[in-house]
Amino acid sequence: MVDVKTAPDAPAKAGASLLEIRDLQAWYGESHVLHGINFDVRTGEVVTLLGRNGAGKTSTLKSIMGMIAKRTGSARFDGHELIKMHSDKIARLGVAICPEERGIFASLDVRENLMLPPIVRSGGLSTEQIFELFPNLKERLSSSQGTKLSGGEQQMLAIARILRTGARFLMLDEPTEGLAPVIIQQIGRTIQRLKSEGFTILLVEQNFRFASTVADRFFIVEHGKVIDGFANSELQANMDKLHTYLGV
Amino acid sequence: MQALYAQLLVGLINGSFYALLSLGLAVIFGMLNIINFAHGALYMMGAFCAYFLLNIFGLNYWYALVLAPIAVGIFGMLLERTLLKWIAGLDHLYGLLLTFGIALIIQGVFQNYFGSSGLPYAIPPQLQGGMNLGFMFLPIYRGWVVVFSLVVCIATWYLIERTRLGAYLRAATENPNLVRAFGINVPRMITLTYGLGIGLAALAGVLSAPINQVRPLMGADLIIVVFAVVVIGGMGSIMGSVITGFALGVVEGLTKYFYPEASNTVVFVLMVLVLLVKPTGLTGRAT
Ligand SMILES: Nc1ncnc2c1ncn2[C@@H]1O[C@H](COP(=O)(O)OP(=O)(O)O)[C@@H](O)[C@H]1O
Ligand SMILES: [Mg+2]
Repeated sequence: MVDVKTAPDAPAKAGASLLEIRDLQAWYGESHVLHGINFDVRTGEVVTLLGRNGAGKTSTLKSIMGMIAKRTGSARFDGHELIKMHSDKIARLGVAICPEERGIFASLDVRENLMLPPIVRSGGLSTEQIFELFPNLKERLSSSQGTKLSGGEQQMLAIARILRTGARFLMLDEPTEGLAPVIIQQIGRTIQRLKSEGFTILLVEQNFRFASTVADRFFIVEHGKVIDGFANSELQANMDKLHTYLGV
Repeated sequence: MQALYAQLLVGLINGSFYALLSLGLAVIFGMLNIINFAHGALYMMGAFCAYFLLNIFGLNYWYALVLAPIAVGIFGMLLERTLLKWIAGLDHLYGLLLTFGIALIIQGVFQNYFGSSGLPYAIPPQLQGGMNLGFMFLPIYRGWVVVFSLVVCIATWYLIERTRLGAYLRAATENPNLVRAFGINVPRMITLTYGLGIGLAALAGVLSAPINQVRPLMGADLIIVVFAVVVIGGMGSIMGSVITGFALGVVEGLTKYFYPEASNTVVFVLMVLVLLVKPTGLTGRAT
């Protein structure tokens, strides 16, 4: 297990820790899936969780968001302890999630899907800014059912709707999964852009080539623990290890 | 012909009650995943509430139309907070048994105090009398029940399908965890939704008081048919339950005219047919 204090330093511009995860454990009913997760995310950086299928990446995001009821340890966000908080309260602190299955609602049209998450803080993107990032969404706005969109459009909608809310900490769970290269590029540019505008992003990715184009630091999750971590600049040096971890 | 129109009107009135009650059941089922067997008992409480308001507080029908749904709705929300919330997420059977038990207790208490016979509730003076439409005689109160129910159903449909609050509701019906993770207090929405469904039932109770009298078992008789309506219409859609409610009332009325022997069973025959052909109901989504 990696000692967080000796975890590699992020680029100079990153600030103090926005999120500190310590010994985070989580259970689905009786099934113990997170066994002590430790890592930090600093203000303004993009941190990527890598790991095989079933390693516990999604569960980590859900635990931070308060979407898994049974969890212990500590998750401090911006001075608030989240571990006993319900997810609606956590959202109101400015934490937002774009779930792995995208979570577009079939009974809502595209506009309703986009407008669904309430504004939790000031400083969210306006709809104009969102359409600037995702021009295709504007054309599909009056589409009757959110789930009638293509996979790429649904992914953009799922990201777009959390940009309106004013949340400054975004968790994106495999946003490129199953998408065409050109759309993956667009999502990459979007993440760059959000980062340059000061958003802090916790990304889950299987595709570490994509992740390396946006991430400042990586943490490796295996069997419900963080087992290693390094900065993007050390990626090449860690390539062999990475291949072993991910089994690629 | 006169008799046919009269039966059609009776059908529309019954349809109004079916629509208001099955609409509430659909809203509750969507959000709480509970088949609310207490619905008939709460409908009855709406009628009794109107009776009490008049005979204890001297508040007439028009006050009852507003106050009874609110009072019974609040009672419903207390039930949700104290009892129903503990079985959230469990199998349908638990909700069914619990609400069935609640219905028996409520009906038992009212029967204990009021027996089984009906208490009279007068038609409000503004809605007494009738109108000769040429082809039939229309009692004003009955016309009012049909029109007012229709307006309430459409307003409820609008609230759910066209407003922001309704979007929360629809979204939470699909994926409550994600909606909550967007910062919406879903447990409170669940309580309010139950209150809304119960309020609709209580409103139907007030509307029926001048027509059917006020009886402890008035809901128990009606709710059996309403459940058949719900099975036929499917739980999936708001508009579906409204249209099915009115349509089956009319079918019943027509049967009463053309083949009276079958008028009490036609809805159940239809239910069996629909179950054979499309088990999720006419407008239901497969789950
Ligand atoms: N809803 C669930 N109920 C029970 N077990 C689950 C559930 N979701 C995930 N798991 C289990 O938890 C472990 C971690 O899953 P997950 O966090 O989804 O992994 P990853 O996102 O890294 O692929 C896996 O063993 C998975 O089978
Ligand atoms: Mg996952």
